[in-house]
Amino acid sequence: MNLGIGSLGVVAALAGSASLFAQAVPEIPYDAADILKLPDTIHLGEAAGVATNSKGDIFVYTRTGAASAALGSSRTFYKYGSRLFQFDRTGKFTREIGVGVYGLNFAQQVRIDPQDNIWVVDQGSSNVIKFDPDGRVQLVLSRKPEAIAVRPAAGRGGSPGEGRGAPPAEGRGAGLPAGAPPEGRGLPAGAPAAGAGAGAAAGGGRLGPPGPPGTGIPGDSFTRTADVSWDRAGNIYVADGAGNGVGNARVAKFDKDGHFIKSWGQRGTEQGQFNSLRGIVLDAQGNVYVADAGNKRIQVFDGDGNPKAQIANIGVPAAICITPGAHQYLYSSNSNDPETLDNGEIYKLELDGRIVGKFGRSGRLPKEFGMVNAIDCRSESDLFVGELTNWRVQKLTLRSK
Amino acid sequence: MKRYLICAAVVGGLAVAAPLFAQSKAKAQNVPEIPFDAVPNFFKLPPNLYFGEGIGVATNSKGHVFVYTRSGETRLFEFDQNGAFVKEWGQGLYGLVFAHAVRVDKDDNVWVVDEGSNMVIKFNPAGRVVMTIGRRPEAVDELTNMSGQGSAPNSNKPYSFNRPTDVGWDAQGNIFVTDGYGDNRVVKYDRNGRFIKSAGTAGNGPGQLRLPHTMAMDAQGNVYIGDRSNARVQVWDNDLKPKAIYDQVGSPWAVCVSPGPHQYLFVSNSVPDNGDSRAAAQTGEIYKMELDGTIIGKFGKAGKGPNEFSTVHEIDCRNPNELFVSEITAWRAKKVILRPQAGKTSAGGQR
Repeated sequence: MNLGIGSLGVVAALAGSASLFAQAVPEIPYDAADILKLPDTIHLGEAAGVATNSKGDIFVYTRTGAASAALGSSRTFYKYGSRLFQFDRTGKFTREIGVGVYGLNFAQQVRIDPQDNIWVVDQGSSNVIKFDPDGRVQLVLSRKPEAIAVRPAAGRGGSPGEGRGAPPAEGRGAGLPAGAPPEGRGLPAGAPAAGAGAGAAAGGGRLGPPGPPGTGIPGDSFTRTADVSWDRAGNIYVADGAGNGVGNARVAKFDKDGHFIKSWGQRGTEQGQFNSLRGIVLDAQGNVYVADAGNKRIQVFDGDGNPKAQIANIGVPAAICITPGAHQYLYSSNSNDPETLDNGEIYKLELDGRIVGKFGRSGRLPKEFGMVNAIDCRSESDLFVGELTNWRVQKLTLRSK
Repeated sequence: MKRYLICAAVVGGLAVAAPLFAQSKAKAQNVPEIPFDAVPNFFKLPPNLYFGEGIGVATNSKGHVFVYTRSGETRLFEFDQNGAFVKEWGQGLYGLVFAHAVRVDKDDNVWVVDEGSNMVIKFNPAGRVVMTIGRRPEAVDELTNMSGQGSAPNSNKPYSFNRPTDVGWDAQGNIFVTDGYGDNRVVKYDRNGRFIKSAGTAGNGPGQLRLPHTMAMDAQGNVYIGDRSNARVQVWDNDLKPKAIYDQVGSPWAVCVSPGPHQYLFVSNSVPDNGDSRAAAQTGEIYKMELDGTIIGKFGKAGKGPNEFSTVHEIDCRNPNELFVSEITAWRAKKVILRPQAGKTSAGGQR
């Protein structure tokens, strides 16, 4: 990869003018329905992922219950925290998949491939887990950290990164027990601590010099994995990862059996660089669309990672989806920040970035959106959106004007 | 409404003594006793369901009783008006971590305030979640960098709480949240959960708070805040402007305002939960007051006996003569029936 340093003016200018663009964007009328019918004893938590299969079955990957730590062991291990539910096309609850599975800890995304396999992406375990349509595990990418570091209580009650006594993000690891992996990401014990920055640590190991921040270890060692997609050959593309200012900031590509092919990207603002990847989707030509949320843009690459385009007038792309069919569209949600009820609109775009229209806003009422984290667009007009703060999935029906 | 100017120096002195039991002794003297009976074993739990610490209790319009308890998990149970178990609500819910309060609004929606997840959660009467305010901090941060303290959100943000304590509504449906252990403020949202304003800072002046632990609202939309560590109830108007201070009734752990044309204010000067027998000797009583702060009477004392109160944490006063109280240290909730006071209706205590 040959990534220059310098002009970030273009993207910044585009991002800054987002509101101007938005003013002129046509509104797409739509209806919303909460069609999922859950048993009395099952509740959605943060609905991080939603996807449909070819039969119209609906899969929801949700942060629910509590991730718990196991005390009284040599180190602190954690388990639980997220669940995967299946519903039929009418919203009737069908079953839970993956009860107690090791890597279901902090839900991030669920996607269904053309063969109706169910792919779960977990930010906590950093796993990408492929279930077959029967719900059996077929492939696991990356490895859940063996244990979490427990630091002495410090800085009670302050803000993250300050009062908690947490070290600065990139320097995370100071104060950890010697030898504990600062990012906890399956590094060998004694791996370089993060004093040289998270990227250096993640790129460390014994097999070569560390790469720039965010490049990660070659292979499937993910940090806060964000999303997964495939090309027609079944090659797997992973957005790795969602961390803002920490961990990996790259796209990793594997063949259909999970063999590492290549990765591209590092932390930064240039084209080809990322900060906080939130989504990845491919079009029928095998182009790769990456939601580069921290840089408020969608970057487009060819299947080998060569930059092709940037789409930067749609706010923060927190969830993206591309429709199937002859004329493909791209949906992108400018989801609200947890501290505001601003924004929240979803854009419908041509693949070249031209905006067709937008719809919705953030809020807590039906038809409004609370931090949309997932969009399913198997049907161009019937979408499913998963919301973090509203703990629900809504089915949206877009109407033609 | 009578207004009492507070002498900051006096309260300051009390606040300094906050960790000690002395601050909990009520200043009011010669308060008439209200006779009462506690209903023994009112709640009938199925085998192998147990209350933990009795944190929240509230009734709906049908008389069903909700108990929010810190058990193995924090759990929310519903009982009918006779105490028969109906069902559990929100089993395994993402936001049920460490109970703090449960309240039922006029439409029988059930709201829980969870101090552990930093969330206020609204269930519709069918038991499904229809609104959340505040957000449980993302566990993924802690998985890699576990502080042992959880991740406290930044203070005083529109949509983040720091160990919130209670919730109430005015006639328009605006939502008020006391927040809480970490921040010292009251936050006001519209009925749809959009932020309107917040008020309050740490301190002991009017409009300042030290641990707003409980709140209730009257029909006019005034907010009665249990300013616990300042040992006073503060009354703020609907715009969160200070109106009055009642500092005669000890440390308000739990407050409740009854409905109906003549509203009463109940305030529990609960015995601290640290097991200090010296504090137990002079706290634990619940006051019945007029909304203007006039004390009508008091009842109860600290203890774990059937007619005693072991750190009352919430009061339900939908019927001002038949209360429900939840108690932390005895792991229980109970029904309390107040009997008429002999020969007096509203003899105020001395101030």
